[in-house]
Amino acid sequence: MNKFTHRRAVISGIMICIFAVYIIRLFYLQVMDDSYKMSAINNSQRVEVQYPARGLIFDRNNTLLVYNQAAYDLMIIPRQMQAFDTTELTSILGITKESLVKSLERCKRYSRYKASSLVSQITDNKYAMLQEKLYKYPGFFIQTRTLRKYNISHSADVFGYIGEVSSAQIERDSSYAPGDYIGVNGLEKSYEQVLKGTKGKKILLVDNYNRTKGSLKDGAYDEPAVVGGNLTTTLDIRLQEYAYHLMQNKKGGVIAIEPATGEILLKVSSPGFDPQWLVGLERGTNYAKLQQNPNLPLFDRTVMATYPPGSIFKTIMGLIGLQEGVITPASKFECYGGASFNGRFMSCHNHPSPLDLRGAIQHSCNPYFVNVFRRILENSRYKGVRDAYDPWRDQVMSFGLGQQICPDFLNELPGSIPTREHYDREFKTQNWYYTYVMSLAIGQGALLMTPLQMANIVSCIANRGYYITPHIVRPMDQEHAARIKKHPVNIKSSYFECIIDGMENAVKAGTGRNAASDSVVICGKTGTIQNPHGEDHSAFFAFAPRENPQIAILVYVENGEWGSSYAAPIAGLLIEQYLTGTVPERKNALEKRMLEANLID
Amino acid sequence: MNRRSDLLTNLDWLSIGMYTLLVLLGWLNIYAAVFDDTHSKIWDVTQQYGKQMLWIGTGIVLAGVILLTDSKFFTAFSFVIYGLTIGTLVAVLLFGIRVNGQVGWFELGGVRVQPAEFAKFATALAIANVMSRHGFKMMRFSSLLQVGLLLAIPAGLILLQPDTGSALVYGSFLLVMYREGLHGSILLLCCITIALFIFTLLYSPLAVFGIIIGGALLAFLYYRQNKQELYRILIFLVFCFVFGMFLRWLLKLPVSDNRLLLYAYLLTNIVGVFFVYRRKMKQILLVILASWLCIGATITVDYVFEKLQPHQQDRINNLLGIETDLTGAGYNVHQSKIAIGSGGFLGKGFLEGTQTKFNFVPEQSTDFIFCTVGEEWGFVGSTVVILLFMAFILRMIQLAERQRSDFSRIYGYAVACILFFHVAINIGMTIGVAPVIGIPLPFFSYGGSSLWAFTILIFIFLRLDANRLQVFS
Repeated sequence: MNKFTHRRAVISGIMICIFAVYIIRLFYLQVMDDSYKMSAINNSQRVEVQYPARGLIFDRNNTLLVYNQAAYDLMIIPRQMQAFDTTELTSILGITKESLVKSLERCKRYSRYKASSLVSQITDNKYAMLQEKLYKYPGFFIQTRTLRKYNISHSADVFGYIGEVSSAQIERDSSYAPGDYIGVNGLEKSYEQVLKGTKGKKILLVDNYNRTKGSLKDGAYDEPAVVGGNLTTTLDIRLQEYAYHLMQNKKGGVIAIEPATGEILLKVSSPGFDPQWLVGLERGTNYAKLQQNPNLPLFDRTVMATYPPGSIFKTIMGLIGLQEGVITPASKFECYGGASFNGRFMSCHNHPSPLDLRGAIQHSCNPYFVNVFRRILENSRYKGVRDAYDPWRDQVMSFGLGQQICPDFLNELPGSIPTREHYDREFKTQNWYYTYVMSLAIGQGALLMTPLQMANIVSCIANRGYYITPHIVRPMDQEHAARIKKHPVNIKSSYFECIIDGMENAVKAGTGRNAASDSVVICGKTGTIQNPHGEDHSAFFAFAPRENPQIAILVYVENGEWGSSYAAPIAGLLIEQYLTGTVPERKNALEKRMLEANLID
Repeated sequence: MNRRSDLLTNLDWLSIGMYTLLVLLGWLNIYAAVFDDTHSKIWDVTQQYGKQMLWIGTGIVLAGVILLTDSKFFTAFSFVIYGLTIGTLVAVLLFGIRVNGQVGWFELGGVRVQPAEFAKFATALAIANVMSRHGFKMMRFSSLLQVGLLLAIPAGLILLQPDTGSALVYGSFLLVMYREGLHGSILLLCCITIALFIFTLLYSPLAVFGIIIGGALLAFLYYRQNKQELYRILIFLVFCFVFGMFLRWLLKLPVSDNRLLLYAYLLTNIVGVFFVYRRKMKQILLVILASWLCIGATITVDYVFEKLQPHQQDRINNLLGIETDLTGAGYNVHQSKIAIGSGGFLGKGFLEGTQTKFNFVPEQSTDFIFCTVGEEWGFVGSTVVILLFMAFILRMIQLAERQRSDFSRIYGYAVACILFFHVAINIGMTIGVAPVIGIPLPFFSYGGSSLWAFTILIFIFLRLDANRLQVFS
């Protein structure tokens, strides 16, 4: 014993105190605080997203149009990265060192802990080379996903394309993550929910270099990806392709509808582009090129361009006149190269005079329809022109004008049928006369409609009084089927025959002779639309055969001069191709002329 | 009496039992920490756990040899052993190989030996020898110098490697010295120094000076028991400080606020000492002296801190929460806390840990082996391990106290204190309450040198203890 024995208690006390503090600290770390458990999961588990294959797209005859190919994204987790051989990596990937450094910076900015895509859409053979070398690059891994591949080299306006989701889209729909693809346009966009499928996940155990060490509980928590639904379009791809060729080097749109069903048989916006251009690494540069093209290939002329319809609108004028009882099929008006209305002259071209309604449609007489319009607007049933205008407008709109009619294209524009208030403002008075608006009678002026709407008009005529919601995708379920309805117009069906007579004659011996066919009866109407910026636009719509019509078509060619010069022959070729499966020899020269015509340069 | 049976009956089997338990737990945890499906046999000697098994086996042989050695050998040869160890510490600096930037290892036939580990028991023997000499008085200057020198030589040599962690271990002898008569105020002073060190790095010098002066004023009040006096002094101090600021502004002197406060305090000291009554004058002077020592220490800390190696600065900073770069210097401790924290109450189960096995935790089989315990055995397992260590250390102290010979007692305390320092610092750093200075957890951390050194350290004491009855003090 010595005198310092009591100090044993002090020393033991210090030790016990410190160990007690440690045990309390451990209790806090391990039992009280859950944040470390979360961090551990983030550390050691990598949730690998299983990307579903996007749905396929077929044409009406089950020809595969759009499918998928495997693509590889090089992903990095910046925190796990170590110094690596940049020269080797850039040479495998075929990119410059500068762009690699830039991408790295971008990834680091996004997150140091989360994976982000360093280089996306790597090709198969680059992937194979990279896979072998990847062990040298800690923090790098490859994510497989699917890209679009096309069996066709046109009609990007129909299918649209896919691109990376924006942060705003991710905020709206949490099923997307940065780097995911989403439909940007066309069917890819409007049917995104059907096509995208459901992502699955695989939970992998990883070490500090993100090397896979097996799956969590042998995959008990994994979820397989669900493949996206397929789309069957109503397109006839052979017809589509033929139309695409006929329209090359021309600006405009072609739409064909099967009148009985509302199915869109073909839809061509010209100039178009190959959808494959917007897939893969070159996507960015191609997109820029398309954007800078003065002919606006990214602009879908079939549903986004709104044009005055021109003379094809006369069919509607005639029908409304008959329905309102202001004319009969036998009503005649005089026209000698034009006619004067209260001092305003409406010019016309040479044709026999006077004409009845059938003849006026056949020869596309301008003054005739101004007279019809005058009778509609000055109808004694109404207090005045302004009051008579509204019922007329309602009639016009019942043909599906001034509104979106196709649920399959989200970018579709409604066009416009001017309201009477529009004219009140324009003329600065409510007392306006029919002469103020008489250009409407011949489809000019403030009247604007899309090629789709014009095609729908002729489909209506073919059906003698109604149209079925035009659509390009066969409904896959009740919900989609419910969107397709029958829309009757406010015209008695018997009035149509006389208009159809006029259209038949127009093709046989009138303005639409260039569309005529020996084998089928085509009923059509030309339109020549005054264009203050250049050559007039050429329009033609038609349906065939006259009885039990199979196809209603509209061809609109910008700067095509006369309706008869381009639109009518192209429509004629397409109708014959569709109905007979071939183009008669007689038309070979015409076909060649159409194919070679260049209205762009 | 048969010498062999005498040894067996006098040996402290409780300690040996705890030692064995700790070593076996350590081995299992090394196995868990670096477990790999392709080498699932725990005796696979290509893996760390297989090698550790070999170390354990040879360690047992070593323990046996020590127990069979006459205990007088250790007292008689303590200086020889110490001298030899110092020799190897010098030799390792000259001929050793460099690992992780430290020249601390000899490589002998593919086996690495770390002399610093063995220097601990040698120093303990030498210290015990010096301090147990007849007529040794701890508080004598020559005694302090002797002991200080015995500690400073190995610590300094190890610091040259540089292995700060192993050098700091010699600080644990302070507790041994306290037990043998070192004045309590010196222990207190050391504690205050450590506290000041932390405060200085955490807070601005002005705040630290404020705390020191506040403490001095409180001590003054305690001795004088006169509030009026305290107020007067306080008013004088504030007046001096404000007047100083006024002068600085008037004369555009380049003096910092810190300096100004110190000048004001100095003036207050002088005036105070002249004008207060002589009652308790000795204590007042002591308080003043202590406060100035603290101030001096604070200023030195900044200076010393600059002198530390960058990674040590980082680790200290990180411990004190000054830098929070979780990917850089703080990564180790952060990952270590995640591993331990994710263990929960009961742990993930043997071999089920993901954080340690998949290498998120650095040095998971050596310095950060406690992470495996925390992750796989949870709060319950970690507590059991800590309690086991504590029981073992307290048992060492208990054994030390029952020694008749001063040498054995002092050596026993050295064993307890060295073990305590290792356990406290190692576990403390894994749970983020002690600086990361990289010393092994006894019996748990992978490594032959460490295991052998602790085995020798402990078994020499157990040998001495077995012989306690033959010694007459």
